[in-house]
Amino acid sequence: MVQTQVCCRYDGTFAGFLSCVFECYVNKEEPVEFYTQEDERLSLYPERVIPTRRDRAERVYRSLAAKFGPAGQRLVTRGFLTCLENREVWLWQLILLGYRRGPVVTRDLTHPVVHQVQKAVRHLEQEAHLFKGFVRFSLLDGVLVGEIEPKNRVLPLLRPHFCSRYPQEAFLLYDRTHREGLLHQGGRWAIVPLEDFQMGRPGEEEALYRRLWRSFYDTIAIEARYNPRCRMTHMPKRYWGTMTEFQQEESSPPSRALPPDLLPGRA
Amino acid sequence: MELLDKLNILADAAKYDAACTSSGLDRAGRPGTIGSTMQCGCCHSFSADGRCISLLKVLLTNVCVYDCQYCVNRRSNDVPRAAFTPRELCELTMGFYRRNYIEGLFLSSAVAGNPDHTTEQMIETLRILREEYRFGGYIHAKAIPGADPLLTQRLGLLADRMSVNIELPSSKSLSLLAPDKKKEAILAPMTQIRDGISVSRQELRLYRHAPRFAPAGQSTQMIVGATQESDRQILTLTQSLYQKFQLKRVFYSAYIPVSSSPLLPAPHGFQPPLLREHRLYQADWLLRYYHFRAEEILDESQPNLDPRLDPKCTWALRHLDFFPVEVNRADYEALLRVPGIGVKSARRILTARRVGPLTFEGLKRLGVVLKRAQYFLTCSGRVMAGLRVNEDGLLRHLLALEAPALATAVPEQLSLFVPGS
Repeated sequence: MVQTQVCCRYDGTFAGFLSCVFECYVNKEEPVEFYTQEDERLSLYPERVIPTRRDRAERVYRSLAAKFGPAGQRLVTRGFLTCLENREVWLWQLILLGYRRGPVVTRDLTHPVVHQVQKAVRHLEQEAHLFKGFVRFSLLDGVLVGEIEPKNRVLPLLRPHFCSRYPQEAFLLYDRTHREGLLHQGGRWAIVPLEDFQMGRPGEEEALYRRLWRSFYDTIAIEARYNPRCRMTHMPKRYWGTMTEFQQEESSPPSRALPPDLLPGRA
Repeated sequence: MELLDKLNILADAAKYDAACTSSGLDRAGRPGTIGSTMQCGCCHSFSADGRCISLLKVLLTNVCVYDCQYCVNRRSNDVPRAAFTPRELCELTMGFYRRNYIEGLFLSSAVAGNPDHTTEQMIETLRILREEYRFGGYIHAKAIPGADPLLTQRLGLLADRMSVNIELPSSKSLSLLAPDKKKEAILAPMTQIRDGISVSRQELRLYRHAPRFAPAGQSTQMIVGATQESDRQILTLTQSLYQKFQLKRVFYSAYIPVSSSPLLPAPHGFQPPLLREHRLYQADWLLRYYHFRAEEILDESQPNLDPRLDPKCTWALRHLDFFPVEVNRADYEALLRVPGIGVKSARRILTARRVGPLTFEGLKRLGVVLKRAQYFLTCSGRVMAGLRVNEDGLLRHLLALEAPALATAVPEQLSLFVPGS
């Protein structure tokens, strides 16, 4: 049976995506494109604007565990956090496959759809693991503040790790790519969208620790074994931007104001 | 002396220690404390030499009474000396740890005064960290040979991993280069730590809150290339260390000239044997994860590892009768013997073939790298399409695969004219 191909417009959340799955499954339609509501592109396919409904999302989520096994449920949940292109379409296909064939799907690693999603999830997990080490916090006014620039949405994966590691600390970890922040204080946490975020200037103690760390980093390398390729294999350069050891010494605060002779209207 | 200078001196003195792992123990953080550890370990950075930095690796002091020839901290060497006070080092560790620079502390020390005093200072540092700062992160402590067993015991109750360096692969080399150290003095604390760990394990089975003695196990390190031992001797020693002392890891450190002693290779023009170290690590992996035995990798006719090929390829070339391995039927051990198939690939093959027969296309999807493996595999009885190679050609093909990695020296441009004439 040929199903109608449609384009789903939803709010970009996981619950929203599961609502789309519900809607399409019930109406026997096949989503081939997913757009978020902010996305201004128009689709050539008939468009369905799908409201997020928690009860439906939860129903689909429960059905995943029932039909697809815990491993399948986890694959879908994590798959949604990846940077895989058209991830919603891949996940839709994976879910259909899971409904049809059951938990065995998660072991069918050579199936094109399963392979694609598994690969993306491995990338996500690998990146999250690296960030457990590569995140750098700065202690600003008693709060640990850190910034990262990941490809995947790693914050939900980093959350248990950092909350367990710093149970007594207040910290904020900002994800520049997806503009969201992980907040934690006194055992409570939240992942919230943050449109703009600027790290404050370091105090004296913070600057001292940064200096100590940079100096330790430079000292610990053995010159006779210098091997920059090996370093880049383990720690690609895209991570370096937010790491203390590769940042220059903070000098006096950069003056934002232009010098008087360059101000417009004075020439 | 400023803290920055101390850190520089004492990190510089500790950097030749190869071990910087934070693995072997899962411990979640608890309310009221700070810190956790992960079973798989966690690298926080990589230094310019490509080695992982996961722990703050420093000496408590580099003032030493010993005069070991291979060591940069020997008493006859003219280097700046410094010492941390226990509290200073704790403050530094916590500062680094909160900022997520490190996974924990790697604490070693030169022998200042005598082994007992040194160990007491180390215990005091770890005690402050664990009890006053409530630090739950990873601690790797070096046991000092010659210290009182009771002190080593206390150190092990505070640390997660303990290590004693056996320094050189034979007692002959040891007596030549480290006249103050004896093989027995090194093995004694290793034995004590091994027994401590197994006693602690048994107690934990009975009482959940029994004290944990070095819960992440024990490791050691030896210097390669400073003396004349063959790879076979080193691997056999490694294997017996894994068996007799239940070590988690044996580290190798390519000798880097730090002294002009006549007993050691001359410092001028000496290249650290990095490739040899790399091959030894590959062989070490075969021992630990691939069910190989040292006798299989090397024997009397071949006492050294082939620098041109990895040890698994060398083994495969000597045992061509074992191959080809049938992907869809071979057991886990047989799959692990195939060059190019590692632990992860082998596991994935086992999972995927339960669903349906695997093809070479499917193997690629699993992430199996066929560069080497293609010569040693069949899928449902078929070899890789387009693969035609005889036994002589096989060696050349495998060598060609390694060639780019081995080409380190840049060939010099020939000149028609003699420079300077």
